[in-house]
Amino acid sequence: MKFDYSDRVLVPGYTSCPGCGEALAMRIVSQTVGKNAVFTNCTGCSEIFTSRYPASSWAAPWIHSLFENSAAVASGVYYGLKHRGKLEGVNVIGTGGDGGTADIGLQCLSGAFERGDEMLYCCWDNEAYMNTGIQRSGLTPLDAATTTSPAGKASWGNDRPKKDLPAIMAAHNIPYVGVGSCGYYREIPRMVKKALSYRGPKFLQIHAVCPLGWRSDPAMTAELGRLAFETGCYPLYEIIEGETTPHKPPKDGWKPVEEYLKPQGRYRHLFRAADGAGQIVRIQALAAKHIRKFYGDDAVPDFAKEAEAKAEEMAASTA
Amino acid sequence: MAEQEILEGAMAVAHAVARCRPEVIAAYPITPQTHISEELSQIVADGELDAEFVKVESEFGAASVVLGASAAGTRTYTATSSQGLLLMNEVLWNIAGMRLPVVLACANRSISAPLSIWCDHQDAEAIRDCGVLQFYAEDNQEACDMHVIAFRVAEDRRVLLPAMVNLDGFLLTHVFEPTILPDQELCDKFLGTYEAVLKLDAANPATFGAFTEPDKCMEGRWMVHDACLRSVGVIEEASAEFEKVFGRASGGLIEEYQSQDAETILIAKGSLCGTIKDVVDDLRDEGKKVGLVRIKTYRPWPAEAVLGAVSRARQIAVIERGASFGAGGVMTPEVKETLYDAGRLIPVHGYCVQLGGREVPPDGIREIVDRVSGGEKQKAYEYFRLRTEILPDLVPGA
Repeated sequence: MKFDYSDRVLVPGYTSCPGCGEALAMRIVSQTVGKNAVFTNCTGCSEIFTSRYPASSWAAPWIHSLFENSAAVASGVYYGLKHRGKLEGVNVIGTGGDGGTADIGLQCLSGAFERGDEMLYCCWDNEAYMNTGIQRSGLTPLDAATTTSPAGKASWGNDRPKKDLPAIMAAHNIPYVGVGSCGYYREIPRMVKKALSYRGPKFLQIHAVCPLGWRSDPAMTAELGRLAFETGCYPLYEIIEGETTPHKPPKDGWKPVEEYLKPQGRYRHLFRAADGAGQIVRIQALAAKHIRKFYGDDAVPDFAKEAEAKAEEMAASTA
Repeated sequence: MAEQEILEGAMAVAHAVARCRPEVIAAYPITPQTHISEELSQIVADGELDAEFVKVESEFGAASVVLGASAAGTRTYTATSSQGLLLMNEVLWNIAGMRLPVVLACANRSISAPLSIWCDHQDAEAIRDCGVLQFYAEDNQEACDMHVIAFRVAEDRRVLLPAMVNLDGFLLTHVFEPTILPDQELCDKFLGTYEAVLKLDAANPATFGAFTEPDKCMEGRWMVHDACLRSVGVIEEASAEFEKVFGRASGGLIEEYQSQDAETILIAKGSLCGTIKDVVDDLRDEGKKVGLVRIKTYRPWPAEAVLGAVSRARQIAVIERGASFGAGGVMTPEVKETLYDAGRLIPVHGYCVQLGGREVPPDGIREIVDRVSGGEKQKAYEYFRLRTEILPDLVPGA
């Protein structure tokens, strides 16, 4: 049997881990965008696993510069192509991980969006600095254990909930902000096409399961992505010209967060410690807030409301 | 023949740059560079230059934008100073490594702390080793002409490296001098349009900025060094061609001023050389064999030219606006290395005459000449006329 990859934008042979949600998202996004594009890439896993010299998995023009300047390089590419009249039909796609986008690269990205530079920027959100060995980022969720937010006798892991990056992006008054997931990978092409139908800067954040960093079964990548949404831990939505449209709610109702947390090694300490249940209550309370924000109070299940009440009680008693 | 106009340095540079027709310009405000980018934005706003002027959020962004635009195949330009250059540092190494011919100006200014907006060369010297070619102007005419030459050298296929024109902050940027702006037609003839060897082009996709394993990385880095070395000849060639086309000499590697038969040679770069030349003239009138070797091209280091220019010297004083804290000078050890490698073991004394804009009066230069000519042993590197008495007594036992 002969394989024909001639139409592929991201050509097979790259060296990502099995079950890599980032590679999945990147492959689908790039394939949807097509070869009439220029991709810029932050330093990180994706740059390493697609560009080992002298090989390259990129059949479209691609540039990696530094960790924090993917958006600014994309701006430069945009202005260069614009000046030479070569922008017609060509999309400029900035990409980066959660650290490269939400932390160290946030300034360049904000600058590009404030200027209204024509690009789609995609953030592969695997919720930690995976390439350097799973360190905590601004998008690491509450209580996840990483190598710089480890669990221990005096620590429940990451002590802050994740930064609301899509809201920061939306505050730039850009026409399209989308939050998708490798758990709903079939929806990604529609989101990309929708984004590209608008002029100006567009932002797409994709929840990308990382089996290595999350200590999860590579075969569970898509399922974990779905569970993140179905438990209210990772809301999926689009903000199109200021109008927020949430993803349709899970058809079997919202699930308790334990279903999402339990298969992941990064949350193992919550289930092992005698008083870990109290921490899970805090995560459940956060999920309740997400559900309420996008679907209204009536949509919040009773178990989630009870967790909220309990979390408030706990907060009051420690205050 | 173009006419002389009385122009402020930064303004003149902006107009010279505009005549090189950069296609994408990105710049962020910092004193004393600001007049260059302000004037360039005005030139673009007035429709006199067809360019994209990108209003970036930082110098880091400015360098990253010109990187992207250069990789997309356009002629690019940015200008900065001091902290701004340091903020660009990471990107500049990357630009050089990717062999992108970005041209930039550095209006040389001190590095904080203590905060100072005034001139020295520590900013440019801090990025000395990154693969950006460095030229130093003595006056505004040269600052203008060096930009034209910088574009030509940077874009030469034998070089393909970023190039930076240094002009002393305030001392040149804010000083009005009679200047001939490079003629537009001649600039067009001298530079042509930029066509990249390799660019981000959907019709011919390429991968830029790949990662390499240890068995290949060193060769990739060496290519930057090799291109730097190769640029020596290209700079000489381009400068000769500039003289032919524009009818005035500019650029080049070094200037030899009264140095052919000099026993004491001063080596310096930048606008300070104007003062030094006056002192040399006075000393020559007094019958003293003193000369100046002015470094115009600092990177690549013009070792051969320096060696040839000091062949009859008995002693050398390197006069710097820089320092390497905890070691000595910056240019001084480079001069020593050049001489040592050639087996010329003459005394070389280094003087840091200025950090943060302190005035260097002619009598200071004269004092240095007197001291090194006197044969007395000098310090390897001396902070000249240091006023430690103004410092608080904070170090016990010091």
